Amino acid sequence: MSTTRNIPDRLRSPLERNLKSWETLLLLVAIGIFVANSFASPYFLDAWNLSDATFNFTEKAMIAFAMALLIISGEIDLSVAAIIALASTAMGAAAQVGVGTEGLVLIGLSVGLACGAFNGLLVTGLGLPSIVVTIGTMSLFRGISFIILGDQAYRGYPSDFAYFGQGYVWWVISFEFVLFALIAVIYAVLLHLTNFGRAVYAIGNNATGALFSGIRVGRVKFILFLLTGLMSGVAAICLTSRLGSTRPSIATGWELEIVTMVVLGGVNILGGSGSIPGVVIAAFVMGLVTFGLGLLNVPGIVMSIVIGALLIGVIALPRLWQMWRH
Amino acid sequence: MKKLFASREALLMIAIAVLLGVISLRFPAFVAPSNLLGVFNDTSPLILLAIGQMIVILTKCIDLSVAANLALTGMVVSLVNIAAPGLPIIAIVAIAICFGTLLGMFNGILVWKLAIPPIVVTLGTMTIFRGIIFLLTEGKWVNSHEMSDAFKAVPRADLIGLPVLSWIAIAAVILFSIVMTRTSLGRAFYAAGGNPQAATYAGINVGLTQFWAFAISGAIAGLTGYLWVSRFAVAYVDVAGGFELTVVAACVIGGVSIMGGIGSVPGALLGALFLGIIANALPVVNISPFWQMAISGGAIIIAVILNAQANRTQGRIILKRAEHAT
Repeated sequence: MSTTRNIPDRLRSPLERNLKSWETLLLLVAIGIFVANSFASPYFLDAWNLSDATFNFTEKAMIAFAMALLIISGEIDLSVAAIIALASTAMGAAAQVGVGTEGLVLIGLSVGLACGAFNGLLVTGLGLPSIVVTIGTMSLFRGISFIILGDQAYRGYPSDFAYFGQGYVWWVISFEFVLFALIAVIYAVLLHLTNFGRAVYAIGNNATGALFSGIRVGRVKFILFLLTGLMSGVAAICLTSRLGSTRPSIATGWELEIVTMVVLGGVNILGGSGSIPGVVIAAFVMGLVTFGLGLLNVPGIVMSIVIGALLIGVIALPRLWQMWRH
Repeated sequence: MKKLFASREALLMIAIAVLLGVISLRFPAFVAPSNLLGVFNDTSPLILLAIGQMIVILTKCIDLSVAANLALTGMVVSLVNIAAPGLPIIAIVAIAICFGTLLGMFNGILVWKLAIPPIVVTLGTMTIFRGIIFLLTEGKWVNSHEMSDAFKAVPRADLIGLPVLSWIAIAAVILFSIVMTRTSLGRAFYAAGGNPQAATYAGINVGLTQFWAFAISGAIAGLTGYLWVSRFAVAYVDVAGGFELTVVAACVIGGVSIMGGIGSVPGALLGALFLGIIANALPVVNISPFWQMAISGGAIIIAVILNAQANRTQGRIILKRAEHAT
């Protein structure tokens, strides 16, 4: 390492900062994958195919936005996929006794919120580490689904319930995609333009400092767990509606893909930095990669290798690059 | 006396005794020595993995790739066995340990040299390892008739009334009890997790210590991989799927602090036995095995709450002593 460092005499211009950001790099990757895919398969550049491809990431991305805030604040929630399973099971059970669509939505959201509150209470109320708590609740929530359902499945949802996962707002624009875009805007505003968002960054960088600056650290974190639970509930409604059935193994392994999406989007896994636009682009990158590989008949488990390698690679490469430069 | 009751190991022993007592009220056959030895043998893989995981957690890390490592190594030795049926078992065991160690070292080097958070590394390698099994076999199973008789015989072979599998677990408990309490490497594991800064000042390379923890965890997972596939006489992609969580659960229940620096081999042993007894007792007391997941999830949460309480009171006692001393 050199002892003399170049101290800049001025800030980099906003244009230069934007051009050299993680988000720009990611956008280039996304465009590159898009172009490569359209060369690799003749079926790629088709409006309906591309519309189908968005289902690969919309549900996961809804959770990823809330997870991004949670990770920026220095916590993590590994129970999100299990919350989907529990919320979906609860909706399935309700549908069996004839609850209507409004009731099912309400139940899905409430179960999500309740699970989020349970996680949040354990982490902020009792001061427990979120990794273990959510590994525990991950088994607990999905375990409850297994107790209720065993090896059975719930079917027979009301016909208008199918709209959330299968409906189209206009031409190829699906309801899920619109919901995804709406949630992205809400979270971008929440994180980047509000006091609450600044508090999230402050907590992630220095929780003690934030506490002494008058930020109610526990309350902010509790709200973040609530939001993550709520988003899992929303995703559960969309996924259940799209599949039309519920098994206790629904959404297995999604927690990994969601965390990957967040980290790929440039959010520091140790907390303190990250942006919603980054997560949005990361969602597209992962959706395009899985869809492109799917068109090339690559099996799902091989895609999971790619996702695992992406997760490690996006963190390792910048560090390798820095080591190499020194 | 008070100290004895306060210790996690003693509490767990009482809990296990109560558990066995309750079961024996209705099903006396369950606590017959021969059945208990069977339960111990059945729990041996969990005991082995829990010891490895405990060492990793002691150094403030976590290894979520153990079950995938187990499955991959198990598949590799099965394929070696098919390719060279005449290869002596000692060579198979050596290959299993070496291959598992290499996989563990891969985790370790990413954590040590690139300082990537262990949870990210092992979430990634978890999917990569399982994906590699698929690439090796195209999803095909290795079945009993393809394995040589010698390959399948080892874990079941009887040695002074106990299967070899049980003896290996006993040997590991003794070996690592000595390593953790009587060697400088063992103390380094505690120091690196208990107070990394102080450990650095004391001349302990924290990163390197974490690397060795992952290597040991990998070696144990590799050995267990061979024992697992030979005992069940089958190898496929999803061997021991989700078992990493059971392993972490055993550690947390055994009093290993996820924040690092606190834990013991007897604790991990008892934590594993606690879960093993529950797993074996559920079918006996006629509860659906689907309860297993929720029970271990609940046990993790209760254990982590108890751990936090125990650590808190410990802190207070030290403070009081300090006050009295002045």
